[in-house]
Amino acid sequence: MLADKDRIFTNIYGYEDFGLQGALKRGSWDGTKTILEAGRDWIIDQMKASGLRGRGGAGFPTGLKWSFMPKNNDGRPHYLVVNADESEPGTCKDREILRHDPHHLVEGCLIAGFAMGAHAAYIYVRGEFIQEREHLQAAVDQAYEARLIGKNNVHGWDFDIIVHHGAGAYICGEETALIESLEGKKGQPRLKPPFPANVGLYGCPTTVNNVESIAVAPTILRRGPAWFSGIGRANNVGTKLYGISGHVNTPCVVEEAMSIPFKELIEKHGGGIRGGWDNLLAIIPGGASCPVIPADQCADLIMDFDGCRAVKSSFGTAGVLVMDKSTDIIRAIARISYFFRHESCGQCTPCREGTGWMWRVMDRMAEGRAQKREIDLLLQVTTQIEGHTICALGDAAAWPVQGLIRHFRPEIEKRIDQYSANPHSDPVPVAAE
Amino acid sequence: MSVRRLAPKELQPESFAFTAENLDWAQKTIAKYPAGRQASAVIPLLMRAQEQADGWVSEPAMRYVGEMLGMPPIRVYEIATFYTQFQLLPVGRKAHIQVCGTTPCMLKGAGDLMKVCKHKIHPEPFHLSENGNLSWEEVECAGACVNAPMVQVVRDVYEDLTPEILENIIDAFDRGEHPKVGPQNGRKSSEPVTGLRVLISPELFDGSMVGQGAGLAAAREAIAAREAAAAQPAPVPEPAAAAAPPAPPKSDPAPAKPPVAEAVKAAGEADSNGPAKPN
Amino acid sequence: MAKLIVDDIEVEVPAEYTLLQACEAAGAEIPRFCFHERLSIAGNCRMCLVEVKGGPPKPQASCAMSVRDLRPGPNGEPPVILTKSPMVKKAREGVMEFLLINHPLDCPICDQGGECDLQDQAMAYGVDTSRYAENKRAVEDKYIGPLVKTSMTRCIQCTRCVRFTTEVAGVAELGAIGRGEDMEITTYLEAALSSELQGNVVDLCPVGALTQRPYAYHARPWELVKTESVDVMDAVGSNIRVDTRGREVMRILPRLNEDVNEEWISDKTRYIWDGLKTQRLDRPYVRVGGRLKPASWPEAFAAIAAKVKGVPGNRIGGLVGDLASVEEAFALKQLLTALGSANIDCRQDGAKLDPALGRASYLFNTSIAGIEQADALLIVGANPRLEASVLNARIRKRWLHGNFPIGLVGEPVDLTYAYDYLGAGPDTLTDLAGNGTFAETLKKAERPLILIGQGALSRPDGAAVLALAARLAVSVGAVKEGWNGFSVLHTAAARVGALDVGAVPGAGGLDAVAMTNPGGVDVLFALGADEIDIAPGAFVVYLGTHGDRGAHRADVILPGAAYTEKSGTYVNTEGRAQIANRAAFPPGEAREDWAVLRALSDVLGQRLPFDTLGQLRAALYATHPHLARIDHVEPADVAALVALAAQEGAADRAPFRAAVSQFYLTNPIARASAVMAECSALASSRLAAAAE
Repeated sequence: MLADKDRIFTNIYGYEDFGLQGALKRGSWDGTKTILEAGRDWIIDQMKASGLRGRGGAGFPTGLKWSFMPKNNDGRPHYLVVNADESEPGTCKDREILRHDPHHLVEGCLIAGFAMGAHAAYIYVRGEFIQEREHLQAAVDQAYEARLIGKNNVHGWDFDIIVHHGAGAYICGEETALIESLEGKKGQPRLKPPFPANVGLYGCPTTVNNVESIAVAPTILRRGPAWFSGIGRANNVGTKLYGISGHVNTPCVVEEAMSIPFKELIEKHGGGIRGGWDNLLAIIPGGASCPVIPADQCADLIMDFDGCRAVKSSFGTAGVLVMDKSTDIIRAIARISYFFRHESCGQCTPCREGTGWMWRVMDRMAEGRAQKREIDLLLQVTTQIEGHTICALGDAAAWPVQGLIRHFRPEIEKRIDQYSANPHSDPVPVAAE
Repeated sequence: MSVRRLAPKELQPESFAFTAENLDWAQKTIAKYPAGRQASAVIPLLMRAQEQADGWVSEPAMRYVGEMLGMPPIRVYEIATFYTQFQLLPVGRKAHIQVCGTTPCMLKGAGDLMKVCKHKIHPEPFHLSENGNLSWEEVECAGACVNAPMVQVVRDVYEDLTPEILENIIDAFDRGEHPKVGPQNGRKSSEPVTGLRVLISPELFDGSMVGQGAGLAAAREAIAAREAAAAQPAPVPEPAAAAAPPAPPKSDPAPAKPPVAEAVKAAGEADSNGPAKPN
Repeated sequence: MAKLIVDDIEVEVPAEYTLLQACEAAGAEIPRFCFHERLSIAGNCRMCLVEVKGGPPKPQASCAMSVRDLRPGPNGEPPVILTKSPMVKKAREGVMEFLLINHPLDCPICDQGGECDLQDQAMAYGVDTSRYAENKRAVEDKYIGPLVKTSMTRCIQCTRCVRFTTEVAGVAELGAIGRGEDMEITTYLEAALSSELQGNVVDLCPVGALTQRPYAYHARPWELVKTESVDVMDAVGSNIRVDTRGREVMRILPRLNEDVNEEWISDKTRYIWDGLKTQRLDRPYVRVGGRLKPASWPEAFAAIAAKVKGVPGNRIGGLVGDLASVEEAFALKQLLTALGSANIDCRQDGAKLDPALGRASYLFNTSIAGIEQADALLIVGANPRLEASVLNARIRKRWLHGNFPIGLVGEPVDLTYAYDYLGAGPDTLTDLAGNGTFAETLKKAERPLILIGQGALSRPDGAAVLALAARLAVSVGAVKEGWNGFSVLHTAAARVGALDVGAVPGAGGLDAVAMTNPGGVDVLFALGADEIDIAPGAFVVYLGTHGDRGAHRADVILPGAAYTEKSGTYVNTEGRAQIANRAAFPPGEAREDWAVLRALSDVLGQRLPFDTLGQLRAALYATHPHLARIDHVEPADVAALVALAAQEGAADRAPFRAAVSQFYLTNPIARASAVMAECSALASSRLAAAAE
């Protein structure tokens, strides 16, 4: 288990003051000026050396991402945009940073902004997080008050932080949709290229980072990349906020080491599977878009990018959804299909039409009201969506269904058989003679 | 996602305007965005309009916000129908209960919560209860999965619910009360309900974390190396300092720990004495 | 330039080309729905997916990716694109299937049937069966105005219409509301579109979601005979295709001409055709006892001959209307000359344009395509949005590219682009000629454009205003080697051609105002002149198509042919001669106008020296050789402008009034059209609502 002193988010449960005084006491804003003085390149090199991979789901190296921002200013301002549009089912980690440890994020914005030549950061908080947004705003206000950010601040780098919010659209978690939404439009993803680092918010170079990626940066820089990269295993280093939800005895959010075995995570923090380990049916390891992992593959599962990929799933945001044997797995995945249909922006054809198609078939299959050949049809539909859309929502909608068919095909067939043995259809009308 | 339409004409108010207080807030909000980018404020302003007008966005409100931001009405209409937090129909006067129905909550009994809503409020979502006080809907993941199942009522969340507790909450709202928000099973937030298992070391909270860090020492070294290089006229391969491998974590002596309160002050002084602004 | 290999064919294309363009350059056909050359790239239909070798292992939208985004192979080989690979085939079939699952199978009752992109591409790239077992989506139809009919269940959400109205037409009125599979195209609260170019969304719609309301269920494309022609609703000379079935014009569509209308036409151009069928003059009439009585051709001619007999030449006059072709104007002038009259005028509105000042003084010298080269614009006394909607779209296109300051002198109206309002009348123009900040802007510009509308010229001091504008143009450097930024915007299709053939008073001749004033002339031949009041007294012979103002005043009516019913040359505002072709026949006893004039000349004893249109044209080309160069703009001599600039003259202080206030009712055909009447009523109510 990760030692308490190696935890970055020390107020994740909100037992202490989330404000500036509490944050200072816990080590935030310590030596920030020194870090900035060491220079833009130094910071980016340290971040690269730390091995931090983006915490928003895709796992792209954060330091590398920062380095994509143009080095020479062509007159356009640079922007840092923080993606706090946490909406992936199963994921609720950024919420805890926003409401209980916001100064990590505020300080991280300053450092990351400085490292990419940005004088302004926009933090896009999902609209439903109201208390979270207010805590974050309070932290930002305190930072302005203490001249930690703002014009002529003590750090010598003018920096503004604007807390923005959405209004109920999962798709705005996609970076270009987020930028569109921030510009006052519908959250429909943009075509790439051009990438935001060249043409982003208001047409200016922009980097979009997840809350956690930015919030861990100050501590990484303070303690040194070696400390961070010493936790976890190669290519999957550092600490990570895990969310454990579903059928465990004590669902919780916890900061743990990367590469922690799934079983250890569940036993130590989740209080074990409801009804005991043998009652485990399957898990979704990192948010609704990650394919389901059946119980037999969970025993040795390592919770990190490579570990989840080894079982054809994805680490995502490390929001683990645990399902015990009472779960109707078809219905559970059908509900995820409903979610993606609900959240498709409607812009491009495969996702707009395909998510609805998948959900309708899944909905019937959950009932058993389907043909067995439709399982292959469904699988084909998922492959017609996957890789054919503007953004990754199409892929995200396809994967859970693919995972279900990969691991629970017999379950679906059984359901169909049950239904056809006892269909609840209306009586067949007979012609009056 | 079903087809979202504006409320029928007979429900639409004659006009909409921000209160003086909200107008002031709106102008400040618009000013947060760069000049000419005032459209960025459309979501915050519409949301404030919704809050002001009993929890739903009327057609006059959409036009009002559009005019304030110099946006054609169709663009505001697009926004209001795209983002599902905007209610286009009147909602319950005292509470609009949003039940998260996505898989994590579903597994923990969101279906039973919706049964409660159907029974106590209206069999259909988006319909007002008989006395007009309440309404409900099923929403997609509200981002509190470890506290499932949960409902959101305007700005507050009620987590770790059971159908019985939700019944009490709904009754309380109906009576005009404001039930206690947050987890309903005794925990504070997202920690295990059985009590803290981590973050129990007192030194995390007594200030002893301040001033720690091999990274800061490395930063100081990098600054010193750069200054030394600047002082020497001879060309030095400058990326060397920056690219140097980070110092090992524990070997460097930690610098003296200044008391917490002085940390900020010290940073301020460093600002006045320090070298040129970082580039 | 960049090299790449498309399906084994190596091509070299400019680096800024999209993959779609590059594939087309290599001869590969790329299906598409959302992509359109003249609109921003949406990349949303996903039909144009191609395989890029060495890229990510998924197909790429070829409309959205540019050639410069491709990376060469490891040894510098040119990038490879596949358009026929299994991956591409699967992608197209997949997208096609998705597009069709919620598309209704109502092709037999769909007006787009037979010319539907979805139909065609389903045949070419789709599969022949449906695997979709669920209910299809139904979408409520939306009202978006009297011109465009919606069947929204058919919509495939390509957003071409939204992009067109926002980008090209410049009215942000269409949008896509909702999201996901419930995304719907609509206007705000289903208000009618206000653009004069809205009909183009029907052409852009790749399916039958947006169809032409007036044409609804009238015909099938394969029943129609297509005739390429030229529009006469304004002086732009938009290239059109007239579709007829039997004798009837069923619809009018745009034809591509990059130099003139690109591929847009105005709504007046497109929806005028019901006006071709109503209020038509289909037989001659003679006024007997104060009332018009039907007559035969010989009776009508006899009545004219009887009247003309003994009237001296200088008491006879002729007016050339706004829709007359060059041939008719030429024939009328010849006839009047033969009758000994110098009284002829084509300027019903009294515009002070004069061929004697040189051709450059009345042409849109910059050319329409040249607008895109301009880097500053001054609009004087014109509302191009109403006077030449398609040309206005070109100005907007240039404005969208940026760095295009625009100043306006005249009525402040919504032109769909931003401008500096400089003032209302000639005073402002005088100021500009001296100094003023916008004068500086024009001077600084390399290719300034000065656009003068008929509103500035059709007034008593028009000549002075014209000279003033020329002076300004010369002083700011708008007239120089390689650039002529002095441009007159006409509103009448006939005007430039008539000026070219000298249909203006000869020596001692009377102009339009003088002829139509009381006691002006004794006999007046009005060739489709409907925009002018003729005082009582004169014996009016009206040769035209519609029972409009001119016919009501006439003493003898000779029924002529409308522009779709004859072959005639029209010279547009740039000076571009184009030929309108006959797509249908004139109704009843009506005949082509030149033939009527030729027959009349015989009766009057002054037989015109041509028996066929070919002979007429030969005579025309002999005296005006530039008219023979069809589809070509003859640049005018700029020396005329320098001379014009030197002319003195005092302009008064009255503000400029726009030449066109009621866009939908500018000519007799439009006034006979029920569709135009409906549009006009809508526009008026919008205006009234805005004034509140």
